Amino acid sequence: MKLNVNGRDHEVEVDPETPLLYVLRNELALNGAKFGCGLGQCGACTVMVDGEAVFSCLTPLLVLEGKRITTIEGLGTLENPAPLQSSFIAEQAAQCGYCIAGMIMRAQAILQKNPGASSAEIRAGLEPNLCRCGTHMRILRAVLRAAGQMRTVGSSAKRSVP
Amino acid sequence: MTAIIASRRHVLAGTGALIVSFSSATKLLGEAARQGGPEQTEKPPLPGSLKANPRLDSWVRIEADGSIAIFTGKAELGQGIKTALLQIAAEQLDVPLASLKLITADTGITPNEGFTAGSRSMQDSGRAILHAAAQARAILLATAGERLGVAPSELKTQNGTVIAPSGSNIRYGELVSDELLEVEAQPQSHLKEPGTFRIIGNSAQRVDIPAKVTGGEAYVHDLRLPGMVHARVVRPPSYGARLVSVSTDSVKGMAGVLKVVRDGDFLAVIAEREFQAIKAMRKLAANARWDEKARLPRASELPSFITSLEAEDTVILDRGQPQSADGKRFEATFTRPYQVHGSIGPSCAVARSDHNGVTVWTHSQGVYPDQQAIAELLRLPTDQVRCIHMEGSGCYGHNGADDAAADAALISRSLPDRPVRVQWMREQEHGWEPFGPAMVTKVSAVLDRNGRIADWNYAVWSNTHSMRPGGAGSLLAGQHLAQPFAVPVPKPIPQPEGGGDRNAIPLYSIPNARVVHHFLPAMPVRVSALRALGAYMNVFSIESFMDELARAADDDPVEFRLRHLDDVRARDVVTKASEIFGWRPSSQRHPGHGHGFAFARYKNLAAYCAIAAAVEVDRDTGRVWLVRAVAAIDSGQAVNPDGLINQVEGAILQSASWTLYESVSFDNTRITSVDWSTYPILRFNAVPDSIEVHVIDRPGQPFLGSGECGQGPAAAAIANAVADATGQRLRDLPLTRGRIKAAWGT
Amino acid sequence: MRRRITQREEHIFKNRLLTAGTRKAIEAFGYRELRAALRVEMKLLKVLTLLFVIVGGAFIAIAWRPSIAAVDLSSVQNFDAPLVKRGAQLAALGNCTTCHTAPGGPPFAGGVALPTPFGVIYSTNITPEAESGIGGWSELAFRRAMREGVDREGRHLYPAFPYDHFTMLTDTDIAALYAYFMVREPVYAKAPPNEVSFPLNFRPLIAAWKLLFLHAGPYWPDPEQSDAWNRGAYLVEGLAHCGGCHTPRNTFGAEKSRRKFAGGDAEGWTAYALDGSSPAPVPWDAEALQIYLRSGWHDHHGLARGPMAPIIDSLTEAASAQDLQAMTVYLMGFLGEPGAERRRAGQSRIDRVRIPPSLESQTVGQGGTSQDAVDGEKIYQATCASCHEGHARGPFGGIDLSLSTGPSGPDARNVLNVVLWGLPPAEGVRSPSMPGFAGALTQKQLVDLLTFVRSRFSDKPAWKQIEKDVRETLSGQRSVMVHPSPGTDLTPVSE
Repeated sequence: MKLNVNGRDHEVEVDPETPLLYVLRNELALNGAKFGCGLGQCGACTVMVDGEAVFSCLTPLLVLEGKRITTIEGLGTLENPAPLQSSFIAEQAAQCGYCIAGMIMRAQAILQKNPGASSAEIRAGLEPNLCRCGTHMRILRAVLRAAGQMRTVGSSAKRSVP
Repeated sequence: MTAIIASRRHVLAGTGALIVSFSSATKLLGEAARQGGPEQTEKPPLPGSLKANPRLDSWVRIEADGSIAIFTGKAELGQGIKTALLQIAAEQLDVPLASLKLITADTGITPNEGFTAGSRSMQDSGRAILHAAAQARAILLATAGERLGVAPSELKTQNGTVIAPSGSNIRYGELVSDELLEVEAQPQSHLKEPGTFRIIGNSAQRVDIPAKVTGGEAYVHDLRLPGMVHARVVRPPSYGARLVSVSTDSVKGMAGVLKVVRDGDFLAVIAEREFQAIKAMRKLAANARWDEKARLPRASELPSFITSLEAEDTVILDRGQPQSADGKRFEATFTRPYQVHGSIGPSCAVARSDHNGVTVWTHSQGVYPDQQAIAELLRLPTDQVRCIHMEGSGCYGHNGADDAAADAALISRSLPDRPVRVQWMREQEHGWEPFGPAMVTKVSAVLDRNGRIADWNYAVWSNTHSMRPGGAGSLLAGQHLAQPFAVPVPKPIPQPEGGGDRNAIPLYSIPNARVVHHFLPAMPVRVSALRALGAYMNVFSIESFMDELARAADDDPVEFRLRHLDDVRARDVVTKASEIFGWRPSSQRHPGHGHGFAFARYKNLAAYCAIAAAVEVDRDTGRVWLVRAVAAIDSGQAVNPDGLINQVEGAILQSASWTLYESVSFDNTRITSVDWSTYPILRFNAVPDSIEVHVIDRPGQPFLGSGECGQGPAAAAIANAVADATGQRLRDLPLTRGRIKAAWGT
Repeated sequence: MRRRITQREEHIFKNRLLTAGTRKAIEAFGYRELRAALRVEMKLLKVLTLLFVIVGGAFIAIAWRPSIAAVDLSSVQNFDAPLVKRGAQLAALGNCTTCHTAPGGPPFAGGVALPTPFGVIYSTNITPEAESGIGGWSELAFRRAMREGVDREGRHLYPAFPYDHFTMLTDTDIAALYAYFMVREPVYAKAPPNEVSFPLNFRPLIAAWKLLFLHAGPYWPDPEQSDAWNRGAYLVEGLAHCGGCHTPRNTFGAEKSRRKFAGGDAEGWTAYALDGSSPAPVPWDAEALQIYLRSGWHDHHGLARGPMAPIIDSLTEAASAQDLQAMTVYLMGFLGEPGAERRRAGQSRIDRVRIPPSLESQTVGQGGTSQDAVDGEKIYQATCASCHEGHARGPFGGIDLSLSTGPSGPDARNVLNVVLWGLPPAEGVRSPSMPGFAGALTQKQLVDLLTFVRSRFSDKPAWKQIEKDVRETLSGQRSVMVHPSPGTDLTPVSE
């Protein structure tokens, strides 16, 4: 079946019951989304589908036909990072870093819908995502920092992804 | 060869002013000055891990094109060690940080530095690299000097180039030859003056973060090798369960399934695709029949069970004359349940077997010990096993990484020439990782008429805090084979490191004190090292009790501690944390609002850390919210201050989660906390308003391990704040809502 | 036949209120002829005026309430600790915090929006703050509010505050509640103004509502029933006000007294019937109900969710075993003993689930043949089955849906809510939780899935309004309050 990931169509020949996470990581060799629990409890697998944050570990391919999937690789690259990516680097918002890609995707979904999100709203929005190293303070700072950048009117940093 | 070595030694011993930075400094300086030559009959120990790996080229390799690789036997666990080690090397070699490459733990090519554990990386590897890099630079200078006809002391280095006063320069790459660094390190090095540091002491950005935020390959979980297949293990439902029967036929016919591996109670399935392996695992699990035994203690009676076990007692402190002081006596008992590492990414490993042996990519904290254990497991010679470290998610100690490596290695024997990737499921990580041991501590002390502690008695009951190294018998795969390896007899880790007795000796000045470690060999529940080991519980107990004593002495908790602290650096962190927090005597505090303070020096020989915390407690629900925390840390020469701050911030939040929420649950047969709903941890809705960490930098001082220094003080600071807020002292971890309501609720 | 208007008539014309018809008649027939008619009309007017005065007077008499003088709390004596403790327990049983504490806000400071068919009512600040809360309220004022739904200043309170239930509390219990609230932490917080349109924002009208629907208490025990039943009735009707959600309401928003516990709704969730029309596929019995009330979960029924979750938390906190038993006795009277057929059907479901699943799904209901159901089945198999047909034992694993009441409910709403938003975990305590799938499924996919779930897991006919419910929920037209799961101190039990 056809999957649209980060703006490109991919033809994948897998069992349609396969959760998106495994297809992203194996068939498409994307590292961002991670296996953390497979139960929708930790958010390490978070990606965006049509602009909404979803647990890719629980979303089977068969519901994704015609939808636009975005992973962290689709937000930006090292050479051309998205506001969230550069903010996380600037704030050094990671320890082991395993949860971070999921955090960034959840934050992207929050900020796209609510660019003026307050600290309290961001905290509430990030609740589905776990961090075991205790990097929460920096994660919040990085998200708020990116929110500020994304709100800048006319800035090329303002980028909305499907 | 000998001549070259002699001349290197000569070079190293004779270069200018010697700055030595380890304990036998004075002695060596004196000797070298007296003898004026390199030949010494008694060789002083080499610093850090150079002791076991003295060859310079084990640590530093410079290529003709000028590229430099630094080798370390330590592993990046997310604590930022890669970056810190590179900073040290870059500083001493005088090259830009970005020009260096760091190769971490690989039994094929890096030094053996045992485990990345115990916050020893800076002290062991950091010191080794500090000196190795400095000595490499000295050799480069000497070589350049020979070529330019200039005394090495006239030369300087900058950006990977040696520069003469005349302006002529030679790049490092032009100076190297194959054998240049094939020399043994010397005990002394010409180190740069801390005042001239440009890289050490800088909060350099972590070298591993960019890949982690852009989907680069960063973890062993990301490893993809040609022909790689996926495997899943079907673990038993409980400790000691025997696999009675399993129908493998139903699984063999499933799409993509390549093989079912069974050896005794070890059961696994290999498939082409990952989801195929998962489905096959589920089917196998559903069709397997196990014979289980109810052999776990009663969770509700855990403390009394622990203190009833047979113990091996060691008196680790016996000072003065205990029980002789007169004054008022106070006593308390504290308890801690089993707690999990709870790595966000369950353990993972890739292994590839062929006729030469097996290569394993693993996030184990100790690739060398794991190599030995796997070799034993597979009955192979050690040199036919190669273990290469790749990052995992934070492990916080001995989690499932070693076992996953063994699983992968074992399974790969069934399918040679194809890399096999084993990924543990969440329930497997939660259920089978070795936990932080449950502990009980009892403390009693006497306050004299002046409100000083005159006598101190402390006892700690605990299982071992380390089942590593343990050979094949410490690996789950080894225990589950048809011909199993015996679980090694656990042994206590001796002081001054300690296991359950880590930080059991208070740093405070107490004239009469006795500390006993009741080491419990019998382990009904699988345990091993969890970050900070016994220090978390011991510091929680000691610092909670110090607060109780302070109040009994009608003294402010901070003042009371300062009265008993002689160590200047300890006093400094205590003072700094309390001042920045705005510590005031606890007068009319609003009920439900509390402040707490705690201090410890990790292992009494690593980093100093003091933490002040503010909490709010809701009387109706018993909910505790950590509002604010201020920490002060002294870790000697701070190589990367921001990295330090990151670690301590993390320690405070991790400890808050352990302290307020966490305990393993089990019935009489099985571990029942198997995912995040049955073992909840801190989420964003409980994150404090602010955490401030202040680093007291001590340039030139030895590096002090800091990765585990925050957990103990954070726990005690929170507990003391809860006591302040509620007027109730809780001594049983975790400080759950139920317990707070029972003690304080309306 | 017209004639000329006399001067006198002109005077009357101008100075009296006369109907148009009367005017025309006077024009036509003259004053004298119509005097009789006028006299009647005057009499009528007088009678009407009198009636108006009487009724108006009566209305004012009913509706008007005097303001009770504010008290200075500092002058009030200290409250007895056991009394406060009792009050705390009652407040938990009555679940005051659910309406009076905004999420993340200070306890009892109000400000919670309660959507009603008549508009949005905001809960008030019931902390003992003098200006914005009830700090100036005497016990008398408090009691009047609870019994009669009138605030200290004499204004009628909207029955969104369920005083039609609280009226049943005894004086002693009201005194305990008063003591409890008066020692809470005072918070200055003014609730937003209610969004209720004319004429419903005319508070005295509520008096009429009360006349019809408020039966002032306190509770009068039924001598023909056991002590436990009476205790249960007191708790259920008086404090826990279960009927507030579980009883259908009439046009005036009052509970239909003749259809007690026939089912209702709250905050976007369907509150199932607790009478003989209970949709639970495994019929409730006393033991199951008591377990459910104590922990929020039963193996054969599922998890308390939506507004029921915080209620379970309160019951766990405050209800004694005897209280729960009493409530169960009372409620079982409505649920009734199930017939043999229902019992048998329920047992067969339990048996089917007990057999260790071999990962083939079990057909329980008719099974869907519509294309929607077939598509829905694929979604269910790929997305839901791994948890809901896995081995994990409740309450921490997904319940087998053939045992859950959701698929058998009167509408798709509860299942839809859970599919969209899951069951968020409680903070810091073990709690069953489920992820939400809002971003992953389109409207059509949701409809398909719900169609399938209904057909597979229920014996009942297809839901009629699935599409409408899905559409209105996704668009936000139907608002749903999502609550975290109840925290349970139950340690998970393996089989």
